[in-house]
This record gives sequence, structure tokens and C-alpha cells, in this order.
Amino acid sequence: MSKQLLLGDEAIAQAAIDAGLSGVYAYPGTPSTEITEYIQQSRTATERSIHSRWSTNEKTAMEAALGMSFAGKRAMVCMKHVGMNVAADCFINSGMTGVKGGLIVVAADDPGMHSSQNEQDSRFYGDFALVPIFEPSNQQEAYDMAYSGFEFSEKYGEPVLMRIVTRLAHSRAGVESKPQQPQNKMTFSEDPRQFILLPGIARKRYKMLIAKQEELVKASEESPYNIYTDGPDKTLGIIACGIGYNYLMENYPDGCKHPVLKIGQYPLPKKQLERMIEACDEILVLEDGQPFVEQLMKGYLSQGIRIKGRLDGTLSRDGELNPDTVARALGKENRSVFAVPSLVEMRPPALCEGCGHRDMYTALTEVLRSEYPLHKVFSDIGCYTLGAGAPFNAIDSCVDMGASITMAKGAADAGLFPSVAVIGDSTFTHSGMTGLLDCVNENTNVIIVISDNETTAMTGGQDSAGTGKIEAICIGLGVDPTHIRMVVPLKKNYEEMKQIIHEEIKYQGVSVIIPRRECVQTLSRKKKSK
Amino acid sequence: MKKDIILSGVGGQGILSIATVIGKAALKEGLYMKQAEVHGMSQRGGDVQSNLRISDKPIASDLIPSGKCDLIISLEPMESLRYLPWLSKDGWLVSNETPFVNIPNYPAKEAVIKEIGKLPHKVVLDVDKVAKELGSVRVANIVLLGATIPFLGIEYNLIQDSIREIFERKGEAIVELNLKALATGKEIAEGLI
Repeated sequence: MSKQLLLGDEAIAQAAIDAGLSGVYAYPGTPSTEITEYIQQSRTATERSIHSRWSTNEKTAMEAALGMSFAGKRAMVCMKHVGMNVAADCFINSGMTGVKGGLIVVAADDPGMHSSQNEQDSRFYGDFALVPIFEPSNQQEAYDMAYSGFEFSEKYGEPVLMRIVTRLAHSRAGVESKPQQPQNKMTFSEDPRQFILLPGIARKRYKMLIAKQEELVKASEESPYNIYTDGPDKTLGIIACGIGYNYLMENYPDGCKHPVLKIGQYPLPKKQLERMIEACDEILVLEDGQPFVEQLMKGYLSQGIRIKGRLDGTLSRDGELNPDTVARALGKENRSVFAVPSLVEMRPPALCEGCGHRDMYTALTEVLRSEYPLHKVFSDIGCYTLGAGAPFNAIDSCVDMGASITMAKGAADAGLFPSVAVIGDSTFTHSGMTGLLDCVNENTNVIIVISDNETTAMTGGQDSAGTGKIEAICIGLGVDPTHIRMVVPLKKNYEEMKQIIHEEIKYQGVSVIIPRRECVQTLSRKKKSK
Repeated sequence: MKKDIILSGVGGQGILSIATVIGKAALKEGLYMKQAEVHGMSQRGGDVQSNLRISDKPIASDLIPSGKCDLIISLEPMESLRYLPWLSKDGWLVSNETPFVNIPNYPAKEAVIKEIGKLPHKVVLDVDKVAKELGSVRVANIVLLGATIPFLGIEYNLIQDSIREIFERKGEAIVELNLKALATGKEIAEGLI
């Protein structure tokens, strides 16, 4: 079969389609978004009626995928690393229930925080849940692992965590496909109580999960993704996980002189690790993200063989790996010939010209700064987080999906006035609705601005779960309809916007202001496609 | 054969369309390829770059090591300078001359062009102006791509084929316009070196 040029994300999507996927469930999040988008745009996926509509958040996605697995079919759930925190309740328990149909959970980590609030490493979640983890080093491996991952999941009766990083997710390379498999028929577990985690059953399932660990280690030892390559210079052994292996080989184009253990499947293969410890004087661990393997190898007291990596300063503790940092860890140096001239300025991202969020922030900050110098604005995750930058400098927080409303509530409880939340429509339905109910139940004195651009804009304009339903949701949650205020954020409406903001700050209770105007990016795409 | 290329510009300028044309041609030639892109937040008017690696041998890293880049292709002059630490001693820089000013502290255009002028191997041309003269500002990217032909290491006719394929569904007039943009860029570069 000929090679297709695919992003790492797309390779996973194509593999899942080829492996007989019945449904993908996801909430958009960089760098995972393109997996689901690829399936949505795939003709084969449409012909095969593969479910691919966006979920409201990562938790609903994870649960729906587990439900599909419960019914015997192959399911995949995709999210960015911080989405794992939202999905964690179900994810951890899916290790306990196990699966029926093959289930792959893709977590796309973002070392270096290109588009994220932290650089948490999802392998810790896999370890926490005691489930197997696959970590591809290139696009072809991403395809192969996803393709065979469903069968592996069914064989061991556990979900599989597939951990990728930005540089793999968003890099293209030629990928060869495998033959298409049919979808599973609907079947159910032979054990009718498999998915009922009542304490009495959960205790048994936990023992089963623990007992499975030995088999999983054995599978890792026999895995084609965990390869030990011997080398003549045994002063150092190198453990290279995922794309860390690429940076190593970039520095040794003709083969590495040290023994190398390439890791692509967890739990770690004991046999190969023992071989390396016996053969080598020291070990260097190359892993993108946090020092997961290094910490396991080193132990808290650092006794035994010397382990080098991010914890002893051989590599930086934070940030993503690259060929240069890995070169330095190997005692080499890639030298620059030219330097960046001092006149080059930073060019941070900014809200698009003509964006409705701009008009919202302009009106909001004018009112707050002129009359309420003690105000605070709690913002959220989305394009409008860029209100942190010039010329707005409008926000005081950005923490996690939905935190604007609840942090504004807590601060109002503490006595802050005015306490303002700014959240987008998609983030509101993702995780803001529950916080709004908390505010309603206590009639907290907050002003909640739901800046509605009718899309999930930051990740590229995916459908937003609440489009056309935002007011109805607010009314349903108990917000007084006279304090749900609609406005079109445009320059010509500044006076009206400012008037509404004034009135709602004066109102003692829950106010919701909804500036609504379609995202300029999705609008221009629609116009172009016409 | 090995070509390590950095494409740079400002989010929204469309550096990836250049990468697509080169990538298609490279695959046709049976070469290995890796192309690391930037998606997400920085696409909102921030600085963006893509590492494009082409080789007749398998490629290890998605990212180009410092000092090893053979060619910087930039749609924006200040952005071309941001990636100089990656440029090799013999590497070429091909950049658009017209600044994209969306920050208040953008340096003087003359100073930016002067900095580029200090490099031993460079081509600077006003692709926006050339594209406008050809009939559409939308072919500016292809004019720039044309200007890289002398340094690209991929046959000119393969790049032409790639353009034909990509623009085919938009009609013969668009194909011809883009091929003309490519040829014009190439001629300008050849006249400058």
C-alpha cells in the first residue's frame, strides 16, 4: 500500500478506522483535536457510521466510550493532557471495570506548554489506573499501536492509554496503512457484574487488576515497541522513551555506541531493564515530559546504579526535549552560527481583528476601571484568555475549564465586589454550568459574562455543544430571566453594552450577560466555502 | 540528499501552504519527509514556524538541530531573523520584504532589512508587490516558494506538478496564475544571486 502523509493525530485516526472503530468521543483540545476531526471528515468513517460528534467535555466522552466498549464495540476517546483531569474519575475506574470492546484512550501531552496551562505527563495516570500505556516515537508507530491497540485491549480486558506529545501529534510523515477490519457486533460481558463497582465487587476487580500486572509486564517484555540494542561503550546505557528516541538517534546518525533501550510500551519491561543495569555503569533516561521512568528507576533514595536525566540536572527539569538538549546530555554540542539580532521583538498571539471578545473587553474594562477600581475579572480557557494581553490587560485569572464562574463565586463569598467571570460558550457547557447552579442556589452576587461566539474557537472552530441553548440553560439552572442580558458586541453598541454592565453590577444577585456574535474565523470560512 | 527547511511567518499568513507544495513534490521523488507544524494558540497572530525535513534516508527527529538548517523561508522579514540560530554556515535565507505589523514595538523596516543584509546567503523580495502585479495577492506565498527554487534541491518540474495537482480543482486559470507566480519568484531570485 502507498504511503499517506499524515499528522501523528491523523495516523491514529486512520488506524482506528482501519481497526474496526465504532465510535470516537472527544472534546477539542490542542494537540489532540485533529484525531477526531480526521474521523469526522473521513468518507470511510461516514460510510461505516462511525460515531464522531464532539462531546460536551472529556468526562462525558470517556464515559460514552466506556459505554460503547460495554456493548462490545471498539471505541476511542481523545483529549489533551489536562482533559485527563476532567475524565479521570471514569478513566481510573475503567481500569477497575475493565472493558468488553477494545478501548483506546488517547492523551495528547504538551511538554513546553505550546498551548496549555501545564505540562503534566499522562503516563502517571496510566500508572495510577494500572493500565497498559503505549507511547509511539513516530507517526508509523502511532498508526501501528492504535491499529493493534484495540485487539490488545480486548485480549487483556483493559483500556489502553496511548500517550502522545505535541511534536508527534502535529508533525507529518509518510504512513503505511493496514487492511480494514470489520466492526465488532454488539456483545456483552459474560460477567453481568463486571461493570458494577459496588465495594464488594470492586474489591474483587481490584485484586484481578493487580494480578494482571505481571501479564502486562510480560507483554511489555515481548513487545515489538520495547527494543534493546546493544552497543560497545557500556560506560553509559540509554533508556529512550517515545520521541526521546528520535532525538537520541539524530545525534548518532550511524548508530549509537551505547546500549539503548527504546521504550514504547508500559508497564516497563523488567527483563530489558535488568539487562541494562547489569551491563552498564550509568543510565541516562530520555523522556519528553516529566521524569516518570527516571523516578521509577531512581527510587526516592537514589540507591544503586546512577540514573541521569531531568532529576539530576543532566537535562532541564521542565520544557520539551529537542535535538540540542539531548546532544548536551550526551556530551555533544550543536553550535549556532548566527544569533538572533537584538531588534527582534516578541510577537505574542492576540485576539483577531474584528473579534467580538475585543468589543466585550473594551466595554467591560471601561465600566470597571472608571467606576469600580476594586473589581476583579476571573477568566477561563479559550480565545478570550488573550484578554490578559495588551491593550486590554483585562483579566486576573485563568486556571482550568469552568473555573471563572466558581472562582468568582468564592471571591464574592469572601467579600469581593464586583466579582466578574468571563467565560466562552463552549467552556460554559464544558464545565461552567455546574458552577452557575452553585451561584444560583446561594444567590451569589456575581456578574457572569458568557462571551458567545457560537463555536469552540481556540482549537479551530469546532461545534459548540450549547449553540442556541445558552439562555435556556441559564433559565433552566434558575437564573432570573430579567437578569439574563443579550447584546451584540459591536462598536456601535458600546453605550448599550456599558449600560447593561452598569445595571447588572448594581443588581445584588446572579447576573448573566451574553454578548453574542459569531467568530470572525468561522464566519470567513463559511463565506469562502460558499 | 538532505534538506532541512524552516518556514516562518505570522499566524494566519499561510506558511503551511508552501510546506504542502514542497511536501507533495518530495513524496513524488520518493524521499523521506517530516514536517512539524504549529497549531493552537500561536495561530492567533503570533509567530509561527514549521520544521520541514526532507532526505533520501530515514529521518530521526521532527525538529532541526541548531546550526543545521539549510534554508529559511519566511513570509515576514522580522520572523526570518528569529530562526537564525538554526541556520547553517552555508544555509540560505529567503524572505518577504514586507513587514506584518501587529505589535506596537515592531522595529523600523530598514533596520530589519539591514540585519538580513548582513547574512552571507540571502534573497529578499517583495512578494506582496509581485503577487499584486501578477493579478492576485493570494499568490504571494507561491512567489516566495519560486524564489527558493535555486536552493531547494527538488526539481523545478516536480514543484510545478505539485502546484498543478493542488490547484487543479480551482480551474485552469488559477493553476496558470500560480505557475506564473512560481516562475516569477524563481526569476527574481536568480537575478539576485
